Amino acid sequence: MPVDTINGIARTIFKGSKAYKTWVGVLSLFAALGIGLYYIQATQGLIATNMRDQVSWGWYIANFTFLVGVAAAAVVLVIPYYIYKYKPIGDIVLIGECMAVAAVSMCLMFILLDMGSPERFWHLIPGLGIFNFPQSILTWDVVVLNGYLALNLFLVVYALSKIYQGQEYKTKFIWPFIVLSIPAAISIHTVTAFLYLGLPARPFWNAAVLAPRFIASAFCSGPAFMLLIFQIVRKNTKLNIKDEALFKVGELITWAMAFNLFFLIAEIFKERYSATAHLAPMNYLFYGLHGHDHLVPWIWTAVIFNSIAFLILLMPSLRKNFTTLNIACVLIFIGVYIEKGIGLVFPGFAPDTLGEIYDYMPNSLELVISLAVWAIGLLIFTVFAKVTIAIKTGEIGHAGAASHEH
Amino acid sequence: MSEDTKEKNNSLITRRKLLAGLAAGAAALALPVKNADAYVVEEYLRQHFKRLTPEELKGILKKTEEELSFKYGKQINVKATPPMDNVLYGYALDLSRCVGCRRCVYGCVNENNLSRNPQIQWIKVLEFEKENPKWQILEESNRYYEPEQVPEKGKFYVPVQCQQCKNPPCVKVCPVQATWQEPDGIVVVDYNWCIGCRFCMAACPYGARNFNWGKPYVPNEEINPNMHYLGNRPQYKGVVGKCTFCIQRSREGRYTACVEACPVGARKFGNLLDPKSEIRYILENLKVFRLKEELDTNPKFFYFFSMGMPVKS
Ligand code: SF4
Ligand code: SF4
Repeated sequence: MPVDTINGIARTIFKGSKAYKTWVGVLSLFAALGIGLYYIQATQGLIATNMRDQVSWGWYIANFTFLVGVAAAAVVLVIPYYIYKYKPIGDIVLIGECMAVAAVSMCLMFILLDMGSPERFWHLIPGLGIFNFPQSILTWDVVVLNGYLALNLFLVVYALSKIYQGQEYKTKFIWPFIVLSIPAAISIHTVTAFLYLGLPARPFWNAAVLAPRFIASAFCSGPAFMLLIFQIVRKNTKLNIKDEALFKVGELITWAMAFNLFFLIAEIFKERYSATAHLAPMNYLFYGLHGHDHLVPWIWTAVIFNSIAFLILLMPSLRKNFTTLNIACVLIFIGVYIEKGIGLVFPGFAPDTLGEIYDYMPNSLELVISLAVWAIGLLIFTVFAKVTIAIKTGEIGHAGAASHEH
Repeated sequence: MSEDTKEKNNSLITRRKLLAGLAAGAAALALPVKNADAYVVEEYLRQHFKRLTPEELKGILKKTEEELSFKYGKQINVKATPPMDNVLYGYALDLSRCVGCRRCVYGCVNENNLSRNPQIQWIKVLEFEKENPKWQILEESNRYYEPEQVPEKGKFYVPVQCQQCKNPPCVKVCPVQATWQEPDGIVVVDYNWCIGCRFCMAACPYGARNFNWGKPYVPNEEINPNMHYLGNRPQYKGVVGKCTFCIQRSREGRYTACVEACPVGARKFGNLLDPKSEIRYILENLKVFRLKEELDTNPKFFYFFSMGMPVKS
């Protein structure tokens, strides 16, 4: 890489408006705080968290699960742009891929955080350690997550380097990779769902509808997050993002939410109408069980938020109004975040396999450390997106001819 | 105090400190510093148990013995006794005799050097109401009963530990094969290979796996020096442990600690392949059942009632 390229990129990263600097500063602060607390967890062990044998996965894995969905959602942009040649999305598809990179990085951080012996991570490296492939679904997850990360990094970096040099890039060359990225996106979330649903010991997860539900909720939460970010990007940079592109994404979210709610109803019906002993975790979540009801307000919040958002999105006039669209996006983001975290991971463990109910909620250490991972993820995204935008708008490099092509 | 006496006191203190230091140093010499450093690196890079050559294993056992003997201040033996031929261990528990005293729980804790703080127990005893028609729903049980005297009237007790499934979901899901089934049916964990992902805990239908959330602690005077590498040696922070049918005892032809601890003889243990064993007699002549049979984990842990069913149904 020539020196002026590096200089250009460095300048883009370190220079910026006051708001940009404050944003980066605040994120770095949170990151530092979390790293400090992680030191406590690393020395004392996971006993520093609220997780225990009864609920052996908690907030970290919940965040991981949610973020896999966000990562997978980049495909919501890739499909209409590359496959259906829907041009307006071309302005944002690269940023969507940046977001996928950031989200997968956060997933990997959350996994590492949740490991009891993270220094032994090399046991998971094929060849060096022992990789229980294909038997353990966790190894599949490692493969697809890293594969997806590499694929997205490659696609963005390739596109950017071409635009940077002012050349038109050949979709022909990257076409196989683009096509591959579609099943890869679906697979990261499907495999994550399989982690849960392959466990007969946990009846709450042991339902085939879990995988489609994961995909449906991912395709609403990820794009909802993107819609909000795109508007911020549009306000603060020279990147021209067209309204129709955003509305298209809004339409896709509507469909995804329709499926998400439908699958939820299907699942609730199956459990409640058949009313077997399997019903316990679902009752625990929605109504409380033997007086344990601390998840109840959360899940109903999620259900109500998702339903309101769906109603908003159903009406074209509201969907095409940025105020109401943004409200819907925020509701969906919060709704799905609760549903995938508190509403999926925790009740899977309550009652536990011997019938004990341990009411898990993350403690402040878990919350701050998780916040730090989010901060680091947002930092990755901010920096990555800033460089991308600078190249696309021709602030650095020779965007000229190619920029409108992409 | 004059300057003089102060100095004298100071030197006294330092001399005493020095002596204590020397004693500790001498003990430390038994474990040469160079070796100890090498040990940390060696331990970090140590291969999976099943990939160790016999020489490597011998070296590791010796080092582990040295390290543990030093740490606990007494001679400790760590073996890796292999499985015996033609042995498949099975367990049976007589629910009509169990009084819920939990001697087995503490017998197990002592035998297997389980952490006292934070407390880890491999055996859990569930208390049920006899009158409750839904007793097979585990949620109706109580794991933390504290009566003055056991057994309580109207209650019965179901101890649960690793069921040594023939088709163990815990082994299937482990991403690094840190846990596996030995030829004699015992499911073991390599404490130096487990990465602490706890996937096996999510997969085990019997709550039989325990995670070392904190640094395990066993008082020096309570340590059981007769150890097996895959069994009752002290575990590490951040790894999973489980009942191994007292691999350190059973592979020497002895009963498990819980069998010995049970005051009412409710616990039976033996070789399923030996037609003359007590366990075979029970399987062939009594009505036995297993927990969560519908999951097809095929446990080698059987429950039975020798004196009539406790529940009206
Ligand atoms: S009871 Fe649990 S820990 Fe024991 S073998 Fe079965 S699945 Fe594994
Ligand atoms: S916690 Fe350890 S034994 Fe259990 S699945 Fe993970 S690596 Fe394997």
